[in-house]
Amino acid sequence: MQEHSEHHIVPKRVYALVFTTLIIMTWVTAWISTVDLGPMNIWVALSIAVFKASIVVLFFMHVKYGTRLTKMIVCSGILWLMFLLFVTMGDMWTRGWMGVPGR
Amino acid sequence: MSSHAASSHTSAVVGHESAHDPNLKHHFENADQQKESASIGMWVFLLTELMFFGGLFLAYFVYRQWYPAAFISASNKTDVLIGAINTTVLICSSLTMALAVHYASLGKKQLLVFFLIATLLLGGIFLGVKGYEYHDKWVHHEIPGEHFECEGCQDAGHAQLFFSLYFGMTGLHASHMIIGFGILLVLIFQANRGDFTAKWYTPVEMFGLYWHFVDIVWIFLFPLLYLIDRVGRPLL
Repeated sequence: MQEHSEHHIVPKRVYALVFTTLIIMTWVTAWISTVDLGPMNIWVALSIAVFKASIVVLFFMHVKYGTRLTKMIVCSGILWLMFLLFVTMGDMWTRGWMGVPGR
Repeated sequence: MSSHAASSHTSAVVGHESAHDPNLKHHFENADQQKESASIGMWVFLLTELMFFGGLFLAYFVYRQWYPAAFISASNKTDVLIGAINTTVLICSSLTMALAVHYASLGKKQLLVFFLIATLLLGGIFLGVKGYEYHDKWVHHEIPGEHFECEGCQDAGHAQLFFSLYFGMTGLHASHMIIGFGILLVLIFQANRGDFTAKWYTPVEMFGLYWHFVDIVWIFLFPLLYLIDRVGRPLL
């Protein structure tokens, strides 16, 4: 079964909206970094970055209008990156939880 | 009988040829399939890039976990205002690139060339600002190595790790942009010559994917290198 990838032309206002959101979020993340959220600061900054990256991938890179195969490839890449980051950081975060026998 | 089969075969080929688009390679069924293949190939390449940068991001997260004090004081040496302005410039270049692809898909040659040149110029501004920042670091002896100094840094030895990652990550990002400039110059030349049509503009579209990817890398570098632990400090 071949999925038909129609010649999709994204309206310019979509680009304008995505662009405006990206600019606003850039200055929001710069501002919010000065607000004391404790250990949440880094997570808020990263969440905003993930949001910005997602709208770039979906609209500027046309993945939203792409075939299912393209979407699957993009998601699999992100999955492997998450393995790399979270499996390693899981080790880093939990090393102090248990004492080392004999030490 | 065999000659009949041969002739019908020939006519089928001729029928295929008559609708043939010179940019459609013979091993593809149709233009859609060719375009989809190019797009998937580009995405697979970008995923290798993702893992390539991912290794550096992982190194950053691990060392930040190990030496938080050094990372906090060293990252406060970066200038948020310059970083935010540069992020804005890079997002503008992503927009002009998206518009270049948009006008390529409409077959508007002059607007395509205009937006490709705009992308090149905005990328140039970004690198110029980056160069200014590097120079600033150089002047303040914030280059890791023998003459490294970090005024007011806690754990100055490990602060060098932050600056090593800073130069490694922004340097790798900047080298991707410099490669992008080379490709952009070729695309501007080809677009101006009229190589691209509304039916076939795959190189422009694939380069767009690359350029947006480079933008995404910066979207993550900006908070990690400029914005950690700014609490209680003025934004500007």
